[in-house]
Amino acid sequence: MTEPEILSAPLVLEFPFSRTTGPVIGAFLTGLREKTVVGMRGADGRVICPAVEYDPETGAPLTELVELSDTGTVTSWTWVSQPRQGQPFARPFAFALVQIDGADTAMAHAVDVADATEMSTGMRVRARWAVEREGLITDIECFEPELAR
Amino acid sequence: MRDVAIVSFAQTVHSRRRQDVNEVELIQPVIQEAKERVGLDRHDIGFTCSGSSDYLAGQAFSFVMTLDAVGPWPPISESHVEMDGAWALYEAWVKIQTGAADTALVYGYGKSSPGDLPRVLSRQLDPYYFGPLWLDSVSVAALQARAMIDSGKLTQRQMAETAARSRAAAKANPFAQVKGDFDVEAILAEDCLADPLRRHDCPPVSDGGAAVVLAADDTARRLVERPAWIRGIDHRVDSHNLGARDLTRAPSAALAAHEAGVSGGKVDVAELHAPFTHQEAILRAEIPLDGAEVNPSGGALAANPMMAAGLIRLGEVARRIIDGSADRGVAHATAGHCLQQNLVAVLEGDG
Repeated sequence: MTEPEILSAPLVLEFPFSRTTGPVIGAFLTGLREKTVVGMRGADGRVICPAVEYDPETGAPLTELVELSDTGTVTSWTWVSQPRQGQPFARPFAFALVQIDGADTAMAHAVDVADATEMSTGMRVRARWAVEREGLITDIECFEPELAR
Repeated sequence: MRDVAIVSFAQTVHSRRRQDVNEVELIQPVIQEAKERVGLDRHDIGFTCSGSSDYLAGQAFSFVMTLDAVGPWPPISESHVEMDGAWALYEAWVKIQTGAADTALVYGYGKSSPGDLPRVLSRQLDPYYFGPLWLDSVSVAALQARAMIDSGKLTQRQMAETAARSRAAAKANPFAQVKGDFDVEAILAEDCLADPLRRHDCPPVSDGGAAVVLAADDTARRLVERPAWIRGIDHRVDSHNLGARDLTRAPSAALAAHEAGVSGGKVDVAELHAPFTHQEAILRAEIPLDGAEVNPSGGALAANPMMAAGLIRLGEVARRIIDGSADRGVAHATAGHCLQQNLVAVLEGDG
C-alpha cells in the first residue's frame, strides 16, 4: 500500500500589534532617535541599560534616567552563519550582549564583523547609528569594533 | 493539604514531523491511553487543563479546537495555559487542592514542524528591546552557553559528554526521537551551529504531546497500586531581561527546588528539562540532587515537543514511582529563554 499524499498549503501568520511605549521605554527609544543611549538607575544604584520601568530585583518603579555613551564591552556573543528573516543582516554576523560604558547590565544587539574569529568576550564596540532613525532598537544598526573608526 | 498523585501517564512517539495528523489527531490517542490505563472515561474526569501555544498552531484560541480530543459534552470544567503542560498540571493540582475536583486530566502538545521553530520562539522575547532583532532561540541559548564557558563553570567537552550520555540513555526510551551512541571526539570535531553550540548541544525539533491523570486521596489509591504522590510543587520566574541576568545561574530553579522540598530526602531519579546541554549543568548546580540518576529518558535532548517536554519530565518520574523502580524523584520543567521560568516537583511512592 502506498502512503497517501499529504496535502499542504502555505499559511503566513502575523500577530500585528501597536504598542504604547510609555515614559521609560519611550524615553530610551526617543533617545536612540537622537543618537543618545540612556540607562535607568536601579534601587541599588546600579545602572540598567536599556532603561527599564521596574527594578529587576525589588520591582520598585524607577525614574532616574542616566545618559550614557554609545560605546561598550561585549559580555557574550554567538555567531549567526545563516541569518534568519528579519535579523539585522542577511550576511553572517554576531549576536552579542553589550554592556554600555557606565551601565551595569547588557543589551542584546548585532555586531558587524567579517567572521567569528574577530569576536571575543571583552572586546570593545561602538554603536553604528542607522541613517534613518524612528525610535526603535534598530536605530542602532549594529555595534562594530571600536577601533574601526 | 490534600494528597494528590500522578496516577497515569502517556505520550506520543515523538518525531521531527507529523504531517499526517492535526493537533486533535495527535493528542487524542494519548489522552485516551492515559485514561484507559486507570480505567477512567471522560465522565470520571473532574477537571481538564491543557498547555499549548497559538504561535505553534498558527491559530488564535487553538486549544479550543483541540478540546475535540477530550469530548467536552455535556459541558466540562476546563482551563488552558499558554505554557508547557507542566504548568497546566500545576493549575490542576491547585484545583484539586481547592476541593473542586478529585481527578484531573492534564495534557500538553505542540507541532513545531510547520514553522521555523527558533524564529517562532524569538516572539517570547520582549517586543521593544529584543523583538525587532529577531534574536532566535538557538542564538539566545548560545549567549548563555558562552557565559558558562567564559565563567569557567563548563567546557565544550563536558557539553558534548552530556549530549552523548543523553542520547545513549534514550536508546531505552521507545518514545525518544534522537538516540544512539555518539562519540564525544566526533561531536567536538563538528562545526558549531551557533558558536559555541554544536548541533548536538541543541534539542531536536519535535512534534508530539503527553497526557497525565491526577487523582486525590483514596481515589488515587483505588486507581493505582502505587500512586506517585506530589509531595511538593513550586514554580518561579527570573527577569525576562536577559542582559540584566547572570546567565550562568537560574535562581528561580533553586528557589522552586527549595520550596518544593527537594532536599528533604534522598533523590533516586531526576528528570531535568534542559533543552540545551549547558542548561543541564546550570540546573544541577541549582537543584540539590546528590547522586541521583539524571534524565534516564534522555531528556529534552532526545525529544523536545514544545508545550509537552516539561510535562513529560513529570510523567517520566511518576512512571518510575508507579512501577516501583524509584521511591522518590524530582521533576523539573522550564519555560522561556535561558531557563527563565522553572517548575520543580517532588514525587514519592508509599513505603
